[in-house]
Amino acid sequence: MTPARYLIKNGRVIDPANKIDGLFDILISDGKIEKVGVSLDEKCDKMIDAKDKIIIPGLVDMHTHLREPGREDKETVASGTRAAVRGGYTMIACMPNTEPAVDNPKTVKLLKDIIKKDALCGVAIVGAITLSRAGKKLADFTGMKKAGAIAVSDDGSSVEDKDLMLEAMRGAKSGGMLVIDHCEDTKLSAFGMVNKSLISTKMGLKGITRASEYEMVRREIGLAEKCGGHIHIAHVSCGESVDIIRKAKKRGVKVTAETAPHYFALTEECCATYDTNTKMNPPLRSKEDVEAIKKGLSDGTIDAIATDHAPHTDSEKDVEFDLAPFGIIGLETALGLALAELVDKKTLSWSALVEKMSINPAKILGLAGTGLKKGAPADITVIDPNREYVYKKDSIESRSKNSPFIDWSLKGRVTDVFVGGDLVMESESIKART
Amino acid sequence: MNNKFVWTKKDLLGLEYLSAAEIKFILYTAGSFKEVTTRQIKKVPALRGKTVVNLFYEPSTRTRASFELAAKRLSADVLNIAVESSSVKKGETLIDTGRNIEALKIDIIVVRHNCSGAPNILARSVSSSVVNAGDGWHEHPTQALLDMFTLQEKLGKIEGLRVSIIGDIAHSRVARSNIWGLTKLGAKVTVCAPGILIPEGIEKMGVKATTDLNEALEGADAINVLRMQFERDTAVAFPSKLEYLKNYGITTERLEKCKKNIVIMHPGPINRGVEMSSEVADGKNSVILEQVTNGIAVRMAVLYLVSAAKEIRR
Repeated sequence: MTPARYLIKNGRVIDPANKIDGLFDILISDGKIEKVGVSLDEKCDKMIDAKDKIIIPGLVDMHTHLREPGREDKETVASGTRAAVRGGYTMIACMPNTEPAVDNPKTVKLLKDIIKKDALCGVAIVGAITLSRAGKKLADFTGMKKAGAIAVSDDGSSVEDKDLMLEAMRGAKSGGMLVIDHCEDTKLSAFGMVNKSLISTKMGLKGITRASEYEMVRREIGLAEKCGGHIHIAHVSCGESVDIIRKAKKRGVKVTAETAPHYFALTEECCATYDTNTKMNPPLRSKEDVEAIKKGLSDGTIDAIATDHAPHTDSEKDVEFDLAPFGIIGLETALGLALAELVDKKTLSWSALVEKMSINPAKILGLAGTGLKKGAPADITVIDPNREYVYKKDSIESRSKNSPFIDWSLKGRVTDVFVGGDLVMESESIKART
Repeated sequence: MNNKFVWTKKDLLGLEYLSAAEIKFILYTAGSFKEVTTRQIKKVPALRGKTVVNLFYEPSTRTRASFELAAKRLSADVLNIAVESSSVKKGETLIDTGRNIEALKIDIIVVRHNCSGAPNILARSVSSSVVNAGDGWHEHPTQALLDMFTLQEKLGKIEGLRVSIIGDIAHSRVARSNIWGLTKLGAKVTVCAPGILIPEGIEKMGVKATTDLNEALEGADAINVLRMQFERDTAVAFPSKLEYLKNYGITTERLEKCKKNIVIMHPGPINRGVEMSSEVADGKNSVILEQVTNGIAVRMAVLYLVSAAKEIRR
């Protein structure tokens, strides 16, 4: 079946990759963007009226946990990509800490087949740096790349052995793969539950120091500098890390960085009720850290906003704070939170937000994303910026419901999503896969 | 005390969550129950027909016994459940356990747990009253209440008193509850410990922190000496025992430089010769056994008030 011809009319198109911000129509044909122009009147199968709406290149999440294979009770490729589409994402990168870990070409292939069968949006595969993510032996980078992986990461932990990590960076560099780095010195963070500060003292929990993050950021940047490789720092949560990355960029180190919405929308104070949906790794930090993260976003130190979407079942989370796993889901709330905390509060313009959530992550991952121009794949997200809604637990697409944002009022809802020219969500209604 | 005060909280989770007026009201109520405990017949019918469950995830002799007696002297029925903490991970979850216990049609759950915040989580999941009998390093509100009750009895007031808490502040729920309670009632609190046992940001809780014992003792109206648990879990950094004894042990010699009528408290059980010498523990300034006696009156007050709050809600 030939994909339909669509015409999106009357919307404000924001695409910093092509320096567009204005009222334009977009014609989609054959899965690609055929034309971007004023008052297009082409013949089409379906017209989407985007009056008062904003049209952007589809969002790209660099950091998702889809849990498949192995933990399908938490999330699957099918449920996770539904959540992604609901949140306006057309492409997500999934982390390899599955069971078993995605640490060899065969598992990459297996996952690729599941994606082909079940995914509602694009999914890029991140392979492990070390076998079983155990930090002992390097995985087969070139084999995984051949099988379809685009980056490597031991996300969930750092590679403790410095020499091995340097080898990994060298290998990734020569193999043309990106290294995504979860920075955590577990000798410093062991048994920690929340940020080490007044909050850990009040709650009577072992604290996680900022140093456990930024000392590792410093080490990894040093290694990248040494071998000339590109390092991408995942989920930056504290001010010191932002400073270290800023200085490294100034010296010309090939370093990029992401943060997650909870690190600018929440502070450590939220943990005080022992709600296990405020338990994440790295932990929620102080007000000062939130300000430093926002500054890092606005001055370009932090390149991307990624979700670190980490599904866990209710039964895993409904336990004592000490016993609950770290992490929250984030695909369906990222845009709403970013609009409320960054755009409404003038930290970022709409255009800069599109850079952080679509253009830059695509670039860092080395994906084709070239924005909304003729010939590009039609990955497009349409947003009603004035639509207010309450994020309800029973509306969550993800198989897991572990979010601290349940019952929050958010503004700016994704209404339509095109993935490769397919209209996968129309008027907030997600189409079943055909 | 205004006895028209109406207690409205279903749970007692920590002193952080109480106002000064609420704390004073518990102490006031404990005063009337103390009178009961000195009678020939030490029992009142206040909680007749009610059931109190002691749900203990950590071994405890004195706190459990104190709660049990308190409940019995209020004529409540008591059920003791000890859960092996080793079975927590594989067994029933805390919330399921709480709901199952509630299905037995009980009224109050007294919970002791090794995880900080477990009573908070339990209280959200059941409609019964939850009383915290000590959770992790977080709070031990009835211990702090009985400490304050004893102080008030000995020195006539709390406001303006200088109270020093000495020992492992970082890992002490007794310290945290005392800090909340004492500062809310207007005492000046100093915490004293080797540097690694003073937790991050403690001054922001309204106390002075020092590593110098002399500074903590000088001019203090009372000291609360915490139990040092050198045997506890290995995840925690500790000073050497010898160093601790030399610099922080409370001895008769050290007491000579203190106020004559300084009140010496200890939540028990004491390591004689570790955090304080036998002479001090048994000396004239020690109120350690009175604390134990007062514990029953304070716990009677707490059980009575949370139960009454539930009646009002109905």
